[in-house]
Amino acid sequence: MKTSTVQRPRSGSHRRSAKIWQLRLYVAGQTPKSLTAFSNLKTICETHLKGRYRIEVIDLLEQPQLSKGDQILAIPTLVRKLPQPVRKIIGDLSDTERVLVGLDLRPAD
Amino acid sequence: MSNKSPQSTSPTTHLPKCPTGIQGLDEITGGGVPRGRPTLVCGGAGCGKTLLAAEFLVRGAAQFDEPGVFMSFEETDAELKANVASLGFDLAGLARRKKIVLDHVYIERSEITETGEYDLEGLFVRLNHAIDSIGAKRVVLDTLEALFAGLPNEAILRAELRRLFRWLKDKGVTAIITAERGREQLTRHGLEEYVSDCVILLDHRVHDQIATRHLRVVKYRGALHGTNEFPFLIGDEGLSVLPITSLGLNHKVSSGRISTGIPRLDAMLGGRGFFRGSSILLTGTPGTGKTSVAACFAQAAARRGDRVLFFSFEESPNQIIRNMRSIGLRLEPLVQGGLLRFHAARPTLCGLEMHLASMFKEIAAFQPRVVIVDPITSLLVAGTDFETKGMVTRLIDFLKGGQVTSLFTSLTHGGHALAQSEIAMSSLMDSWLLLQDFEGNGERNRVLYVLKARGMAHSNQVREFLISSRGIDLVDAYIGPSGVLTGSARVAQTAREKAEALASRQEAARRQRELQRKRTVLEQQIAGLRSEYETEEVELRRMDEQAGARTHALTTERTELARLRHADASTAAARAPGQPISKSQR
Repeated sequence: MKTSTVQRPRSGSHRRSAKIWQLRLYVAGQTPKSLTAFSNLKTICETHLKGRYRIEVIDLLEQPQLSKGDQILAIPTLVRKLPQPVRKIIGDLSDTERVLVGLDLRPAD
Repeated sequence: MSNKSPQSTSPTTHLPKCPTGIQGLDEITGGGVPRGRPTLVCGGAGCGKTLLAAEFLVRGAAQFDEPGVFMSFEETDAELKANVASLGFDLAGLARRKKIVLDHVYIERSEITETGEYDLEGLFVRLNHAIDSIGAKRVVLDTLEALFAGLPNEAILRAELRRLFRWLKDKGVTAIITAERGREQLTRHGLEEYVSDCVILLDHRVHDQIATRHLRVVKYRGALHGTNEFPFLIGDEGLSVLPITSLGLNHKVSSGRISTGIPRLDAMLGGRGFFRGSSILLTGTPGTGKTSVAACFAQAAARRGDRVLFFSFEESPNQIIRNMRSIGLRLEPLVQGGLLRFHAARPTLCGLEMHLASMFKEIAAFQPRVVIVDPITSLLVAGTDFETKGMVTRLIDFLKGGQVTSLFTSLTHGGHALAQSEIAMSSLMDSWLLLQDFEGNGERNRVLYVLKARGMAHSNQVREFLISSRGIDLVDAYIGPSGVLTGSARVAQTAREKAEALASRQEAARRQRELQRKRTVLEQQIAGLRSEYETEEVELRRMDEQAGARTHALTTERTELARLRHADASTAAARAPGQPISKSQR
């Protein structure tokens, strides 16, 4: 896992690229919780948002000044920047159901 | 390891302390809050927690060159700047100069979903970044308990808070953590169990509709501290705790004297009036003329050219000026001339702390040499006796420090209450004048006496106190076998004495005349007796002569007879003394 790892949306599979989901995962170093969170997130996105998501991982140990912008307290924190409104999910994202509710993906499916 | 050497285990006598710069607080805590450790400040809503924390940071940055981080969980940066700017703290300026970092932590539970394990490393990173960016020595977390509302998992939160305080200690920053007062414990969420070094409790109590703030150091591990509750006030220059016990007594003193405005009163006070810079208490029952004496003093001082500040808690300035005109005091020109200033306020207008703050402000602005508070007892309704004493102590201290002469009037309600309020204050005062009224013969009369006057030979006499349209005057009260008499009783007594004196003079004259008469009679008698005596003497002498002549004739006759009888034997025997021998020889 690296800072600012970006998963490029796969073009062409859906004509809904306008509705790209921008997700940002805040971590502080490669802790087990962070790694778990990242892999959980990736699984969820691949399952429910295939091709229309973008994940940005921010390591606060390297860029501490960024914690202020999204009001990060808890680590790990997943921030849904787009679509609006901003949603925050804290924790290692192990409870998939709650993550889906938190990301507003549950009613959509 | 533990008993390796006495040096390593012996406790350091002085815990390093971090001065807060807050007036009075450093005195109570003996130098400030524990350096490099967190201090918990708890209290209910609106008791000044945030302000105390902000002042700690601002003073640290401005006075002690210790930059600070203010992490606010409630107010935004802009709100915080605006709030403390009203108290004279330039938080914005300090933030611009990189002396203070303001960080608003916004947490909204509805935006947060919790899934699985997490920690608060984000907060740590953020705080660490803020501290390192300016090399902060001080940290404020206001109010950390907002986290309890924002984060659902209390178990994680508590574990993380414990870690946070540990981390703050390791970081070596002096931190102030504010918390809401809980129902049964010091803080709502029991933060005191994490912060065990120093706990300060703030309180905002309403007593008889007057709110007063109090501060108490509940706990200060490893250091002596004042355990009392101290009133504190929030003024123009931040917080000010009033530690009565810590006030020093090292004012400069002046031996200069100033007139009371009443010549006879000056005479009672060793002939020259009060000491400059001393504090004077003037107590009296209602209507004894306290304000008049105070106004007289004010006029005299202002006419000398001293600036006089008159705090009135009973009458409006115009009313005082009008009333004093009736006893011949012209205060208006002095007010217009800028030498006399009135500051009138109702005692119930605000709490004691605000009164004190506004008085300090007025005094600092006007720079008076004489301050009059009329009456100080009115302020008792704005606080308890103890608080008022504390306030008066503080005020006197402040005034004495500036060599300002202060006169406090104090209203008493007769009887036993006379000694009640003054006992608390009288020990603070250098001079104490007492005004009293005597009732009798259908009238009331005022008397004045000097109860104490430190450092001067003062009169122990009671003087009758007269207020007339020409001003105030003192006359000797009649002190005699029937007690102290004043007013018409004194006049009557004087008249009676005059009559008695006249009568006794007349009596003496009469006795003199009688004596003269007796003497004359006696002399006449003596003259009579003498003439009688002289008559008798003449008579006696005449008789004596007759007797002598008769004896002579008899003797001559007898001698002649003897000679005739030749009885010479009896010649010698019959010779009587005085009888010349020649006669018998003859």
